[in-house]
Amino acid sequence: MIRLVAILVILAGAAAQGETLRLAVTTSFNNSGLSDVLLPAIHQDLGLEVRLLVVGTGQAIRLGQAGDVDAILVHSKVAEEAFVAAGYGVHRREIMYNDFIIVGPSADPARVGAAETVIDAFQRIAVNQSTFISRGDDSGTHKKELSLWSAAQQDPATFVFWYKSVGAGMGASLNSASAMDGYIMADRASWLNFGNKGNLKLLFAGDSKLFNQYAYLPVSPDRYAHVKARAAQVLENWLVSPRAKQIINSYKIGGEALFVFNARP
Amino acid sequence: MSEIWAGIAEAFRLIWSLDEDLIDITVRSLKVSLTALVIASMLALPFGTWLAIRRFRYRRFAISVLNALMGLPPVVVGLIVYLLLSRSGPFGVLGLLFTPTAMIIAQVIIISPLIASITHQAMRELWSEYHDLLISLNTSKRQRVGALIRDGRRTLLTAALAGFGRAIGEVGAIMIVGGNIDQVTRVLTTAIALETGKGDFALALGLGFILITLSLFVNLTIHALSRTESEGRW
Repeated sequence: MIRLVAILVILAGAAAQGETLRLAVTTSFNNSGLSDVLLPAIHQDLGLEVRLLVVGTGQAIRLGQAGDVDAILVHSKVAEEAFVAAGYGVHRREIMYNDFIIVGPSADPARVGAAETVIDAFQRIAVNQSTFISRGDDSGTHKKELSLWSAAQQDPATFVFWYKSVGAGMGASLNSASAMDGYIMADRASWLNFGNKGNLKLLFAGDSKLFNQYAYLPVSPDRYAHVKARAAQVLENWLVSPRAKQIINSYKIGGEALFVFNARP
Repeated sequence: MSEIWAGIAEAFRLIWSLDEDLIDITVRSLKVSLTALVIASMLALPFGTWLAIRRFRYRRFAISVLNALMGLPPVVVGLIVYLLLSRSGPFGVLGLLFTPTAMIIAQVIIISPLIASITHQAMRELWSEYHDLLISLNTSKRQRVGALIRDGRRTLLTAALAGFGRAIGEVGAIMIVGGNIDQVTRVLTTAIALETGKGDFALALGLGFILITLSLFVNLTIHALSRTESEGRW
């Protein structure tokens, strides 16, 4: 028995040979399909195999704090700065942004499509008490949604039946919204790549408050000696390079560009 | 309803085209669950049998606990294994998190109580028949366990297959400890969860049908190899 366990451990160790890097990323980054273009290019240019752990921003930060990943790529500035301040991350490097949109039933009972600003749109939903699906999973998107509610001077804790916190990833939440014919805030990339749109339609977009900045944070080698700091640095240099800029800016779904590269060299 | 037909069509398309990724994750599913099954059986079959023949003070309590553990929530097992294997956990130095080994560990924990419990139930019946004979032959504990396992192998097969069924269909624990990493720890069930998240129900369902077929195939193979349910035998 012990011998068998020992053999398994050795096998697992042998399988982990070669230059690999564990990167925790948000569901929205992965669902957009951008990772399917970036990872092969990274492998080709650097010979580096990036292993993605697709989780919410909250969990990504937890994985980084526990030293279970080498770097994280997330979008929640406040949480990221706290991560660096607490000494878990070396620094925070802004890479690119995409934007959030409000999706809802095509009949649009709350008239979100006619809203001037995103704050106005949120207020219309709250006043009309239209079904609204919240991620409710402490992800970057969820935190963004909560900050918009508070900007609209609304408190989700006081919301009643119409506010449904599903506690799931972007795709699963979109599935719920589709099934309940409700409003939801989603990132544009996940929405364009989503296959079960049903009766849902893009109703509101374009407010600068809806911009969504992605940042790359390597986990500190001072705190965890085992993290692959060198590989994480190599990957960072690549992510801010002209080649990454070209790939990110030219990634399109249905003719629409999804991400805007804005890293400073 | 049309989604279900699309799923069936997708399953056939995937199998027909021998999709490389599909073969990869299917083989990984089988490897992880079969390894977990072998390890769990080595632990649980002797333990269940031992529990049937051995009389001790807290036996009733031990059996109740074992039966309750059959219902272990996989997500909780996943979380505990994650915390143990995490770099900041007690076994972090082994670096096992997000590897197939971690998935095997979680599955062993989930299915062992199930196998042990079914084994114990079956062996208790058999022991009441064999009790006088084995005692009169002055056998050792080890010999008794061995004799019961040998003669009760058919029911033990059922116990093992029940364990395999729970392992191959499980998603909660392996999602947490494996991380669903493409090419490394992605298996059929986590791939289904992923595709459902993307709203691609046809592909998710197609993978689901493949999983069901695979499970059926494994069961038939094991029956064929152990020659149960064939003509003239019981």
